[in-house]
Amino acid sequence: MSKHHVTAVINGEPVEYLCEAQQTMLDVLRDELNLTGTKEGCGSGDCGACTIIVDGAIVCSCLMLGVEAEGHKVTTIEGIAQGDKLHPVQQKFLEHAALQCGFCTPGFIVAAKALLDTTLNPTEEEARYWLAGNLCRCTGYDKILRAVMDAAAEMRGEKAAAE
Amino acid sequence: MPRVNYIAPTTVDDAVKALAAASGLAKVMSGGTDLLVQMKSGRLKPDLIVDTKKIPGLIGIREEGGFTIIGAATPGATLSYNEKLEHTYPGIIEGLDLIGSTQIQGRASLAGNLCNASPAADSVPAMIAARAIAVVAGPSGKREAPVEAICTGPGRTSLQKGEFIVEFKIPTPKSRQCDAYLRFIPRTEMDIAVVGCGVNVTLDANGTCTDARVVLGAVAPTTVIVEDAAKALIGHKLDDATLSALDAAAQAACKPINDKRGTIEYRTKIAGVLARRTTAIAFERAAARA
Repeated sequence: MSKHHVTAVINGEPVEYLCEAQQTMLDVLRDELNLTGTKEGCGSGDCGACTIIVDGAIVCSCLMLGVEAEGHKVTTIEGIAQGDKLHPVQQKFLEHAALQCGFCTPGFIVAAKALLDTTLNPTEEEARYWLAGNLCRCTGYDKILRAVMDAAAEMRGEKAAAE
Repeated sequence: MPRVNYIAPTTVDDAVKALAAASGLAKVMSGGTDLLVQMKSGRLKPDLIVDTKKIPGLIGIREEGGFTIIGAATPGATLSYNEKLEHTYPGIIEGLDLIGSTQIQGRASLAGNLCNASPAADSVPAMIAARAIAVVAGPSGKREAPVEAICTGPGRTSLQKGEFIVEFKIPTPKSRQCDAYLRFIPRTEMDIAVVGCGVNVTLDANGTCTDARVVLGAVAPTTVIVEDAAKALIGHKLDDATLSALDAAAQAACKPINDKRGTIEYRTKIAGVLARRTTAIAFERAAARA
């Protein structure tokens, strides 16, 4: 079976790769492009660990074929920071200790970044619903939500709330 | 995943030809959020995937001749963020919005939710309540079918070899016509309906119902149009007697299964409760659409 030749923009860079039809986007990112920040949790679209942004919408890369990226813009966890400067969501995850084992973290950060791309004023309820497809078995979500809400506040230009 | 062939045709004709000519199992893919899960689990082993997203019109929303026309593969997120759509068909959007997570919404489509043919599909009851029509392309050209004619049982559809849905036509609501969808799940998010209920009503200036469709999901092998529930509403205002008749009709239409999400008795009872609640919302919205 011949491989498909795919041209896409990944983290702002034009990328070409070859993949087989049954390879998921997650397989392509990790195994062909060496972008191993994106994690495979469940492999069935339930846990959100493999979240990437495709043309502005978050998707589970385990439920997308690599060949489907043809002509599209993809952002992975590797594309969230600007060089050495962390995205506010990443910085706030560190400050609030919003991770323990860290396996779900790339998915949470990508999903939260996409939320804040659409609104800088999410209510906590909106943020919780937005992130309902990201599972974390360590933190209990509270610190994650604090980090996301604090990142939103910072991006709105507000000072961090007094602890 | 097992080996598979993949094509992404750019015309309806090419897609039909590929589906019709396929020697083994050929599956249509829009968002793939059910298809790829079923391939990974081994439940489905297609020889060919036909990705329809590159066909013009398969993704998009337009208005034409008294209908809103939605491309079959349009992702849920695109539909939910469309304010006009949300205003015109709040019930359809409520149902669609309940499918999976934000990530799933980034890919999942109305056609996929319908053709996956789960009795619990959240977008289907409100589509049927709105009398939406599926436009089906196939080897002998295009045909139109009401959405309720597509799913024939769990995992089964009436689509023939070579056929696929290209778009949905949803009638533009009349004055004082509106819809609503509610589902019951044991948690607040990311679950499959115990019962789903879509209601679409038209009222006159006095608040009396002149037309109605009440549709239940997850209580039978397919979505159920509850004719007796519509009869209980038409000609009446939403008083206690009407609600009781509606509740009884909804319960009588249930042929549910026992499973981990609910027993037969529980699902039947909930169907009546949801029919009342959903109808109350639809009435309130319709009254405000003078």
